[in-house]
Amino acid sequence: MKKFVALFQALDTTTSTNAKVAGMVEYFQTVPTADAAWATYFLTGERIKRFITSRDLQNWAIEMTGMPEWLFKDAYHTVGDTAETVALLVGQAHSNMQDKSLQEWIEREILPLMPLSKPEQGERVKQWWRELDTAECFVLNKIITGAFRVGVSKALVLRALAQVAQLEPAIVAHRFIGAWQPSAEFFQAALSPAGHTSAAPRPYPFYLAYPLEQTLESIGEPEEWLAEWKWDGIRGQMMHQGGEVLIWSRGEELVTAQFPELEELARRLPEGAVLDGEILAWANDAPLDFAALQKRLGRKKPGAAVMRESPVVFMAYDLLQYSGEDWRERPLHARKSRLTQLAAQVEDTRLMFSPILQFQSWEDLGQLRAQARAQSVEGLMLKRRESTYQVGRKKGDWWKWKIDPYTIDAVLLYAQPGSGRRANLYTDYTFALWQGDELVPVAKAYSGLTDSEINRVDNWVRRNTVERFGPVRSVKPELVFELAFENIAFSKRHKSGVAVRFPRIKRWREDKPFREADTLDNLKALINTTAPAT
Amino acid sequence: MAQLIQVTPQGLYCPQGDFYVDPWGKVERAVVTHGHSDHARVGSQQYFCSATSVPILQHRLPQAGDIRPLAFGEALQLGDATVSLHPAGHILGSAQVRIAAEGEVWVVTGDYKRCADPTCEPFEVVPCDALITEATFGAPVYQWQPGAETVGEIYQWWMENRRLGLTSLLFCYALGKAQRVLAELRRFTDEEVYTHGAVEAITVIYRDQGVATLPTRATTDLPKDHSYSGALVIAPPSAHRSVWMKRFKNVSTGFASGWMRVRGHRRRRGYQRGFVLSDHADWPGLLRTVRETGTKKIYVTHGYKDLLARYLCHEGYAAQSLDTLFTGDDTEALSEKEIAKAAP
Ligand SMILES: [Zn+2]
Ligand SMILES: [Zn+2]
Repeated sequence: MKKFVALFQALDTTTSTNAKVAGMVEYFQTVPTADAAWATYFLTGERIKRFITSRDLQNWAIEMTGMPEWLFKDAYHTVGDTAETVALLVGQAHSNMQDKSLQEWIEREILPLMPLSKPEQGERVKQWWRELDTAECFVLNKIITGAFRVGVSKALVLRALAQVAQLEPAIVAHRFIGAWQPSAEFFQAALSPAGHTSAAPRPYPFYLAYPLEQTLESIGEPEEWLAEWKWDGIRGQMMHQGGEVLIWSRGEELVTAQFPELEELARRLPEGAVLDGEILAWANDAPLDFAALQKRLGRKKPGAAVMRESPVVFMAYDLLQYSGEDWRERPLHARKSRLTQLAAQVEDTRLMFSPILQFQSWEDLGQLRAQARAQSVEGLMLKRRESTYQVGRKKGDWWKWKIDPYTIDAVLLYAQPGSGRRANLYTDYTFALWQGDELVPVAKAYSGLTDSEINRVDNWVRRNTVERFGPVRSVKPELVFELAFENIAFSKRHKSGVAVRFPRIKRWREDKPFREADTLDNLKALINTTAPAT
Repeated sequence: MAQLIQVTPQGLYCPQGDFYVDPWGKVERAVVTHGHSDHARVGSQQYFCSATSVPILQHRLPQAGDIRPLAFGEALQLGDATVSLHPAGHILGSAQVRIAAEGEVWVVTGDYKRCADPTCEPFEVVPCDALITEATFGAPVYQWQPGAETVGEIYQWWMENRRLGLTSLLFCYALGKAQRVLAELRRFTDEEVYTHGAVEAITVIYRDQGVATLPTRATTDLPKDHSYSGALVIAPPSAHRSVWMKRFKNVSTGFASGWMRVRGHRRRRGYQRGFVLSDHADWPGLLRTVRETGTKKIYVTHGYKDLLARYLCHEGYAAQSLDTLFTGDDTEALSEKEIAKAAP
């Protein structure tokens, strides 16, 4: 496992993509195949079933060190992560255990813990801690609590694997999608030129767009581009293949059973077709708001009532496979035109075709975007007419151009430390608006400031604390920030009576005295300016 | 019980001797523990510090006219208090301040550490009735390995970078940490190391006082197109991503600090490697010091002061935290404006 720990540390500290890929390639080439399979499994974000909790780790560390529980908790707050806190408290300066392969660790040490009782598990884990160094304890703690994460994207791991296999990244990506078993056999087949002999249908890796931050003029001429609405639903891939119908979410999870009406629809697709699109709650020719769709999520099987209340459609916008043939290398306009034919052929109201919006000039496009809110969509998608369907988030051919969110000036009221790399900084803030002489909390936000602003706010918070509630500090009302939201609605669950969606910090209004921040009524007024969704 | 030290808007004050220890305001008489900027500040009329600290203070506070040296252990009578300085093991010349008055002994540790450091006088345990201790790293997750071991890692990193044709840029505090690295590296090599101007100035002061380090060469003396391939360069953190850094082509960056023990810090600072090397006492070092001085009463400053104070109470000591403007050398120092605001 030492090699895996070293790889983890290398990936964790370097910011260079090339160095990350080189590190993984070297690792994959030098360890046994089964280790490479397990490493790929963890690096791509797969986890073993969680049977040990952070709480268990904490209890065992307290037993082992004899420290009071509050001290452990305070130590945790200086670090922000239980697995790491424990490793720093119990890990040895130098490992004194004979090294075992990653496969041995997983299959002969960790997985056999599962059927044991809690105290037996504790004894084994504590024994490991007495022998492993801090870095090894950390990686082990992360794996056994099912929380192993490292700063590489799946796409980067796949790029390294493709390099090892000397295959196209798209081919390797396709082979590692969906659920797979981390065995030497699977891994070997996945990297072989022929691939798996009996491959179950898997989704294609999704192509993701970047937010458009530059001017429209800088991306080229209007006629090179296709525009469509950016739908506010769930990205999904629908496939009919080998007699099976499957609906995958963007997280590569199977959601077929959650949407029986779409399963029915998928069965009507021609055999060998794979569609990319958006699952939307839809009624009366318009999308319902996201809350309606949320009712359909996380249920194994929806009841008749919820299906009636929140009916869903599949808004198709791309065709990835047709008659069993991979269409991703064909230009977008060709895929789109085949897709419209297919939709016409299927003739089912649950299958919709995301319309291509007409525009002659970039000014026209700006006009269209201004209508987005009235259309209950998030904005526009811009896709190059000639673009192929790529893997992952790539700049250049697909852009999302969202509508300006709502903004408001609010006062910082509470701060608490962030997690992970920001555990030692006050980065999570609660903001308030005026109601008479009172400040009423309305939103929490923790993104949007630069690192140096975060440092300054952190410093300010420490100096202007009024009261402490555990890790949370209330601060002197003084700092004003402009917040942006995606949406606002009345809410009975919130003290303010208003709920905001995706609040984030747009900028620090150092020019604004806190007395002049917005009032709760200003915020409520924004709700009335929105056209209702249906 | 006597109160030999109180916190005032100007800093830690001893009324019996009418002097301040490391004041953050402008005062008449300041006893200064060491040359770091949160301890030695401009504006006081008279400074007392250890003899080895004098050149450092003169370098950092060029306007300060009256700086008086005290040998370690030498007694100085100030009003009704007897004051003496004792090595703190933090950086060259760093001292603890022992104050005896009204039949009691109080000690202000300043910054200190307990592990070996070839560049400074080793920490001396000073028995006392009350101890004012720092707690920059006063949390149990902070535990150090010997400095020589960490510097061994730095050497390995340097050699590996050389193999890859990279320049090793090591960032660390210019006063103390840089010289400690340069001294510990002598175990492994006698090669010349490049230095940022700020590091070079202090290194010369150390060398003049007999501290042995690797030979150094300041980048300021070299043409812009000088090749640094395979070399080690030591610079203060403020030089990271600065214009100065542009002269280096293919680099690997490292940071040496106690904060590097925690992953969140390693990742946030944006260096490629973190080396755990601190000039402050770690958790076991803090507890050991409290125990060895025999004190029952403790005031805690710097960093995790609340945490350490609470733990000491749990262990049966009378401990409380003190609000001061000491920051711990590894954190960003306060701006002058903030200091002015806090101490009008
Ligand atoms: Zn210091
Ligand atoms: Zn200090």
